[in-house]
Amino acid sequence: MRAIILEQVDRLLAANSGAPALRRLEAGEWPEDLWEALEGLGLPLLLVPEDLGGIGLGWADAAAVWQVIGRYAAPAPVAECMLANGFAAAAGIEPRGGFTTFGLRAPFGRFAAQVLLEPAPGRIALHAPGTHTPGANIGREPRDDITPGALLAEGALPNSHGPRALRLGHALLRAALIAGAVQHALTLAVDWANTRKQFGRALGKFQAIQQQLAVVASEAAAVSVAVASAAQAVDAGGLEGAAFEIACAKIIAGEAAQTTAATVHQVFAAIGITEDHELHHTTRRLWSWRDEGGSERAWAAEIGRAVLAQGGAALWPNITARDIP
Amino acid sequence: MRFEHTKLPASAIALRAELRSFLAEAGRDWTPAIRARSWMGFDREFSRELGRRGWIGMVWPKAYGGHERSGLERVVVLEELLAVGAPVAAHWIGDRQSGPLILRRGTEEQRRRILPGVASGELAFCIGLSEPEAGSDLAALRTKAERVPGGWKLNGRKIWTTNAHLSDWMIALVRTSPAPEGGSRHAGLSQFLVDLRLSGISIRPIRDLLGEESFNEVTFDDVLLPEDALLGQEGAGWAQATEELALERSGPERYLSSLPALTGAVDALRDVPGADVAVGRMVARLNTLRGMSLSVVGMLEAGEAPAREAALVKDAGNDFEQRLPEQIRALLEPEDMPEDLRSLLADLTQLAPTFSLRGGTREILRGIIARELGLR
Repeated sequence: MRAIILEQVDRLLAANSGAPALRRLEAGEWPEDLWEALEGLGLPLLLVPEDLGGIGLGWADAAAVWQVIGRYAAPAPVAECMLANGFAAAAGIEPRGGFTTFGLRAPFGRFAAQVLLEPAPGRIALHAPGTHTPGANIGREPRDDITPGALLAEGALPNSHGPRALRLGHALLRAALIAGAVQHALTLAVDWANTRKQFGRALGKFQAIQQQLAVVASEAAAVSVAVASAAQAVDAGGLEGAAFEIACAKIIAGEAAQTTAATVHQVFAAIGITEDHELHHTTRRLWSWRDEGGSERAWAAEIGRAVLAQGGAALWPNITARDIP
Repeated sequence: MRFEHTKLPASAIALRAELRSFLAEAGRDWTPAIRARSWMGFDREFSRELGRRGWIGMVWPKAYGGHERSGLERVVVLEELLAVGAPVAAHWIGDRQSGPLILRRGTEEQRRRILPGVASGELAFCIGLSEPEAGSDLAALRTKAERVPGGWKLNGRKIWTTNAHLSDWMIALVRTSPAPEGGSRHAGLSQFLVDLRLSGISIRPIRDLLGEESFNEVTFDDVLLPEDALLGQEGAGWAQATEELALERSGPERYLSSLPALTGAVDALRDVPGADVAVGRMVARLNTLRGMSLSVVGMLEAGEAPAREAALVKDAGNDFEQRLPEQIRALLEPEDMPEDLRSLLADLTQLAPTFSLRGGTREILRGIIARELGLR
């Protein structure tokens, strides 16, 4: 099931993304046709159980799809909608049609049919969008401050989601998108290094370039492993039960984002800085997404506080105790 | 490159507990100097004890002294030994690469003669790859074996051979026929099982920057090797050594060498401002590297040959274990460190440069990754 969906999403995004689509998105245009096609695949309902009309897949599946979306620099906010609908369904609220966003600084809030909030730990509320003050991250993705409208539905999350489910889910979402975007940035840089010639040979033939891109490949592998392991941990033990793995994934994603963006811009040199080039759509999202859903600093502080409180002797046993049986 | 999640078997839990209780006792008197050296520290008596407990050659057939357990159980043992910095060098190379190579490429007689001794912790192996003129450019090696009646005559020199002076055997990669004119230098190489007691072998320790003698220069002067010293196929040495290097690079020692310093530092860092963020980042890296490393083990266990994946994880792991002592130092003044931590860090600081040299330099590993990316 996962393989089929991944392939469908990949094919759809390949046909509907690229610099022109991202430019329109960043200029404030809603990607109507792409959205309809994504709804046609049932993607917004991927995390929604079948008895509520969804596809009923798990977090590992969702994270794999988010990585694909990240590879295309997210030409539509469907990952966010998957997350919001997943939480609504988990709280017993039947998902509604159209684009659902989440949070008071809502991704693409201006386009939302409804907004999902966490009014109290473990509670989920679905509101009409109300009013908003427009804003954007440096990826020029809308991040609108919402004053929610009427309450449409409310429910409680299962205990396994814990008291800060939205923050954890959001962190995993951003880490997965970063994993895909890092991979894409690497692919672009490798293609460029193999095409662009200086001193009579392709850039990629220079060891200085090879060694730098090898580090990016290593980071791409690390963030991908961290994300997959976090998503599996959620499937096995719920969001709060996977808080450590999610924190790890967001930390590694943030660090990978930094290394990757810096290195690929170095490899592309001046052309990569230009508005006309596609690279910045990915690198500006990397710089944005690492701050959203909790920065690597915030998550590292959480892990670090727990490790310091439990003492050195507990560190390794605590890590190995988290192996999924 | 794909790194699929590897799940450890249910038996890992009990095995881990067994290791921990054994190591708590066995390691009670290990000094920081011993823990800093860990898999570079030679203690044959300790290796014998591990052998008695069935923790060497775990995955090998019982017929050769092994225990027929899975590679995923074996990695649990490796992790626990490394986590406390156990001195495991006396059997580490034999268990990790020489034994598996003999098992895979050796004759029945070679397996029966040698493997049981490795599994019991009696026989120690060293690695015969580097030469004075052949470091990262391994194919430039010059040591030669010529056919003579009854066997082979070995001449040449290996260098940087860790613990050769304490070892019983070396698997040496040498030239058995000249590289073809204009052809690949990888042709004409073969591997030999060299009994280090043979006459004509001299082992000269090379003092290192710690003031210790852990690596050596090994000279072969008309050493007569018996016919059955040839390991595997004549002329297939390069391919065999490549397999051996994949084993050498695939284990958890490539990111865990400095772990005892982190566990030691955590207690000292409790009230240090900013330590939480720094420690959190280190632990996130540690946990992620573990996932990557276990993934490589899983691929090996599935019968795949993850040479490139192993190179990537070794490079990333070396970076982590090399920076770790510096990151601790950035948080704590030396005078605020407990004595044990200070001395552990002092040794690790001096050992750390070797992490990205031994088993393939950072540059070679990144070159392998670059080739995989399609850049070379």
